[in-house]
Amino acid sequence: MKSDEKAYPPPAMLDPAILFASVLNGLTTGAVYALIALGLTLIYGVLHIINFAHGAALMMALYGVYFLHEKLGLDPYVSLPIMVPAMFVAGYALYRGVIARASHGKDENILLITLGLSIMLENAALYFFKSDTLTIDTAYTLSTVNIFGAMIAVPKMVAFFGALATTAVLLLVIGKTSLGRAIRACAKERQGARLVGINVDHVFAMSFGIGLACLGAAACFLLPAYYVNPQVGNGFVLIAFTIVVLGGMGSFVGALIGGFLIGVVESVGGLLLGESLGQIGIFVIFIIVLLFRPQGLFGARA
Amino acid sequence: MLAARDLAISFGGLKAVSGASLTVPAGKITALIGPNGAGKSTLFGLVSGFLKPDRGSVALEGREIVGMKPHAVCRLGMTRTFQIVQPFAQQTVRENIAVGAHLHIGGRKAALAAAEAVAQRVGLTAQLDKPAADLTVAGRKRLELARALATQPRLILLDEVLAGLNPQEVGEMIPVLRGIRDSGVTVFMIEHVMQAVMNLAEYVWVLAQGELIAQGLPGEVTSDEKVIEAYLGHGTAARLKAEAAHG
Amino acid sequence: MRSLASIAVLVLAVGLLPLFVSSGVTLGFVTMVLYATLLGQAWNILGGFGGQFSFGHAVFFGTGAYAMAVLQMRFGLNAWAALPCAIALGGVAGTLLGALSFRYGLRGSYFALVTLAFAEVFRILANTFDFTGAGVGLQLPLQEGAAQLQFATETGYLYLALALATVSLLFAWWLKHSRYGAWLAAVRDNEDSAAALGVNAFRVKLVAITVSGALMAAGGAFYVQKFHYIDPHLAYGAPISVEALLSAIIGGMGTVFGPLLGAVVLHGLGELTRNSLSSTPGASLVIYGALLVLIIMFMPRGIAGLFEGKR
Repeated sequence: MKSDEKAYPPPAMLDPAILFASVLNGLTTGAVYALIALGLTLIYGVLHIINFAHGAALMMALYGVYFLHEKLGLDPYVSLPIMVPAMFVAGYALYRGVIARASHGKDENILLITLGLSIMLENAALYFFKSDTLTIDTAYTLSTVNIFGAMIAVPKMVAFFGALATTAVLLLVIGKTSLGRAIRACAKERQGARLVGINVDHVFAMSFGIGLACLGAAACFLLPAYYVNPQVGNGFVLIAFTIVVLGGMGSFVGALIGGFLIGVVESVGGLLLGESLGQIGIFVIFIIVLLFRPQGLFGARA
Repeated sequence: MLAARDLAISFGGLKAVSGASLTVPAGKITALIGPNGAGKSTLFGLVSGFLKPDRGSVALEGREIVGMKPHAVCRLGMTRTFQIVQPFAQQTVRENIAVGAHLHIGGRKAALAAAEAVAQRVGLTAQLDKPAADLTVAGRKRLELARALATQPRLILLDEVLAGLNPQEVGEMIPVLRGIRDSGVTVFMIEHVMQAVMNLAEYVWVLAQGELIAQGLPGEVTSDEKVIEAYLGHGTAARLKAEAAHG
Repeated sequence: MRSLASIAVLVLAVGLLPLFVSSGVTLGFVTMVLYATLLGQAWNILGGFGGQFSFGHAVFFGTGAYAMAVLQMRFGLNAWAALPCAIALGGVAGTLLGALSFRYGLRGSYFALVTLAFAEVFRILANTFDFTGAGVGLQLPLQEGAAQLQFATETGYLYLALALATVSLLFAWWLKHSRYGAWLAAVRDNEDSAAALGVNAFRVKLVAITVSGALMAAGGAFYVQKFHYIDPHLAYGAPISVEALLSAIIGGMGTVFGPLLGAVVLHGLGELTRNSLSSTPGASLVIYGALLVLIIMFMPRGIAGLFEGKR
């Protein structure tokens, strides 16, 4: 190792321009991470379960966007009004049809059920779509914008603002609508919510549906700058877990800030340590937060 | 037997127990009473090691036990039951009790046999092979008691073992509790059922809003003005007195 | 005692099998079932008997596998000496991970996540350093002979797998008949109650994860001897964690023979699907995933639950 270290090129971080571009890139990715994590944290906050099928659901959404583009020629951004409701319905049905029935009232069972679902979905994709990595070509795939000298890909910029807009909509739904009130009530005190006449099972299913709907939106923003294969969800799912834990399970603001933070850590870490080791930074943060501050950086729960 | 001094704990600024000092005499049944939310279960938690006090000390037979984990406290001869019963639901009654018996008995067979003997003491013999999840509320309360007894404690803390029982079931439990005391185990119990307190307790502590406000024999305590006010509201004692004078 | 007799019958039957069956395919199948039993039992001790669901048991499997390969290839240790070292290292990994996560009170989802993250960190580390062969992995030199713990025929591996699986079964049997097993079950069902009854939950869980890690590492060491190769994904990837948990859950969590039953079902299904679906990637795992969901929905006590009567 010692002799190897000297062979590395001089660290690139000293160049502020490259560092700046790296941070900007991290922020654009982080916005999409945040969107994925928001769905996860909503489901956790309300149902107190970790949805292990979250990555697999994102992968399915990405395939959805891909096929809408390839077969019907729909631009990924045009697919938004199709994908978001479709994922919502899928989530609602999945919760009602499978997860609620299988839990027998135990959170541990739901943990295992969602793991089983993710194994099924991932391998079904492998079976039907093969393991090839697929990308789409759009007119804007390769275009970039110049932000203070840093070249950022247009799809990434769209993803950044799109993810922020979706987040704003989600926060409005949760904060201002009667459904949002019911969701917050169930998250806080499910027995009490049941007593005041809230249909808790329906609210749970709605939350699961909204959680997956976030993935529908994320997929539309991701695909133009990204790719899809059956394993694509795995990479995102651990990152999303990290963000959710970092931000405090169930906290929306935490997920948002955590998303940006992780995006930047990944981008800058990759720059400094190389692609493979750069990822470790994320998991180390994850483990440290889980061990020492499981309520998250912004969570208040004791 | 047990002496707590100046115990205090607060949860997020709310003082649950503030400066409580009490003693539990050996070989007797002592009751801890007080209105809902007075901090009785919290005080139990502090004494038994489930909660760490902000300040104060607890001595068991002269030995300082604050800061010890619950399992270590249990090894010293003090165990507790929970207000909300917590059986090992997947296991049978016999297996449940055997967990307690294992504290002093290494062998599996011997522990299961000891469980049977304890079950007899609390009247659970007929249910020995039932899963704990299938017991009635009364059955679960007995199981909670049996498990604790199986650890062969010298002091047992009972958190509302009579709550949720009908009058007949309460009547059946009272001799069981007396029997425990008669076997040499000191009993310290939180209780809401006043009839049982009057009947059983040899000494009573009254907790209200996190502070011990009265102590004494059951008869003395229930006529104490502070106690009546704590239960029925400020000014009640004076009004009752006035009414008594007029009527 | 009945289950002890069943273990004896199993050992005898499998032990005598090579006298009557010469088909390498059949013996290979039995070997793989026993190997899967070992992995399943390793998970079962912590997850089934102890109620702590790990989603990253690969962390122990990989540690055993890499220890086995590295000790032989880099330090010139004989395989027979490397095997107990690999198992011990798996145990140490278990103790460390357990001490960290149980000290901080991680349970349920949190524990599952932290094990998953540890497996991922180790995968990336193994992928990075030349010491472990980086992304290429390590190829164990072929040196057939019992002295090298490498065998020219299936029979040798069959006996090795049988020995390891039997140890895991015996440990599970002991859990059902000992004070420690009673404590572990108590901690699984209700940690507060257990503590009130004098059970040191932290230590009880620590022992479980240590034994679990050691057995899982034995599986990893076996894998290296049998297939002469290990790489970061095989060692620390999600599939091995999933395999361990699947056979335990499908067979029956917290039962002595659950992992064995689960292993038979999974490998039996694997053979069937391999024949009928002409080894299309993914197909058999779709069925496994579905099986996991269905078992939890309809038979939460697994296949072994069917035999254990009306509880």
